[in-house]
Amino acid sequence: MASALINVPARARRGEVIEIKTLISHAMETGYRRSQLGARIPRDIIRLFVCTYNGTEVFRAELHPAIAANPFIVFSTVATESGTLAFHWTGDNGFSVTESARITVE
Amino acid sequence: MSRKTSRREFLLTAGAAAGFGLASVIAVEPARATPVAMEEAIRKVIGSARVTPGRVKLDVPPLVENGNTVPLAVSAESPMTEADHVKAIHVFTEKNPQPDVVSFRFGPRAGRARAATRVRLADTQTVVAIAELSDGSFWSASADVVVTLPACVEGV
Amino acid sequence: MRRLWVLVGAASIAASAFAGEIPRSERRSGYDFMGRETRAMQDDDTANPGMLWVLEGESLWSRKSGAAARACADCHGDARTTMKGVAARHPSFDAALGRPVNLEQRINRCRTERQNAPPLASESRDLLALSAYVARQSRGMPIEVAIDQRTQPFLDAGRATFHRRQGQLNLACSQCHDDHWGRRLAGNVIPQAHPTGYPLYRLEWQSLGSLQRRLRNCLVGIRAEPYDYGAPELVDLELYLMWRARGMTIEAPAVRP
Repeated sequence: MASALINVPARARRGEVIEIKTLISHAMETGYRRSQLGARIPRDIIRLFVCTYNGTEVFRAELHPAIAANPFIVFSTVATESGTLAFHWTGDNGFSVTESARITVE
Repeated sequence: MSRKTSRREFLLTAGAAAGFGLASVIAVEPARATPVAMEEAIRKVIGSARVTPGRVKLDVPPLVENGNTVPLAVSAESPMTEADHVKAIHVFTEKNPQPDVVSFRFGPRAGRARAATRVRLADTQTVVAIAELSDGSFWSASADVVVTLPACVEGV
Repeated sequence: MRRLWVLVGAASIAASAFAGEIPRSERRSGYDFMGRETRAMQDDDTANPGMLWVLEGESLWSRKSGAAARACADCHGDARTTMKGVAARHPSFDAALGRPVNLEQRINRCRTERQNAPPLASESRDLLALSAYVARQSRGMPIEVAIDQRTQPFLDAGRATFHRRQGQLNLACSQCHDDHWGRRLAGNVIPQAHPTGYPLYRLEWQSLGSLQRRLRNCLVGIRAEPYDYGAPELVDLELYLMWRARGMTIEAPAVRP
């Protein structure tokens, strides 16, 4: 299930610091668990989260297996101009999800 | 897998083979970080720079009901200008199987050096946050977390 | 003593106050026993991991399925209106089957009878998503399962299961959840076991799961053989638990430790 929940204010004043919340479904398999038969379940995690604002990177998080399943990340950015905030998650086994949200800055 | 685990596994297998009456199903201990391993992980990220306690805040509940999902927030006071801002905040643990947890990377566009997430804590332990500033200085904060486990062991 | 009460109870139709049952004024949701941070996780829809399943369920609601090529929406329209209260009233009596069915079974009945589609597997992603979406529409509403001549015998069977000692630990649900709620079991607070939040995101599972999954876990916890998903014993127990929680508010999708 690659659904993601993004919470971005639809509008903001220029220069205002806005808070963005993101939640994406992913098991974040640590690689330390073992199956019933004792075989190690291989690691399968999201490794990187990047937020760009009209194409410019404004925040990034490098994740390790210690990040809980269904990663929840909250961060801030300055509302500089109207446009598109893009959110990109990448990880093991070619995991790659991009979501975006529009913001109007007045 | 660390050498320590390999040796343990070898002993268990050898013991079982020698018929020392070990139960056939033994959960092999996952590799555990130690405070030393955490130090090494911190060094790998920040190099040989000195770390001073202060300036960064680590918010994590002192007692959690389940170590699988622990809310954690980090923040550092900073004007967040091009000349003076927080470049990154890194989080480490001392008793998880590996010490690195997350690295948040900021810049002047962040507005505030603040981020939150949810982490896994394998056991009652100390969590450490290291902030990296644009002037090359490093600051740290730590918090002790007690992790309780659900009472009933599930299997389904 | 308890067994005698059960027999007496079965004779009457009206739901009677049961010796040992938690008085209404003392009924508390599992929410009240959680820590501040876990409560905050549930309260914020933008942070509640259960909402990921609700989102998924919303898109499944409009997806055409089965040989009939019908979506839930084709018959039921906008779930936000038509599904209000549905989760709060389940398990409910199914005339064709002659017994109560829970929400997941009701969804599968629709799939097989109306969509001509195969039933969704228990605890499957799609079934959890749909039940989470439907249950979400009952949030804020009081639990109200119908107990009448048809459902009374199943309620009594569920009540009997709740009070029966089981498993290698020889414990009955009532011993922890009626008699010792609020006290601690190995560092965790024992809740009253009201199913106000199902399906819910359990931190221990790191996933959303159904009430039946939780009940099976409890049974394993007391070292009893867990009934299979969909077993009548589990549905009867669900009916009893919902009746026991009557009047309490649905919180789905909840978050629990």
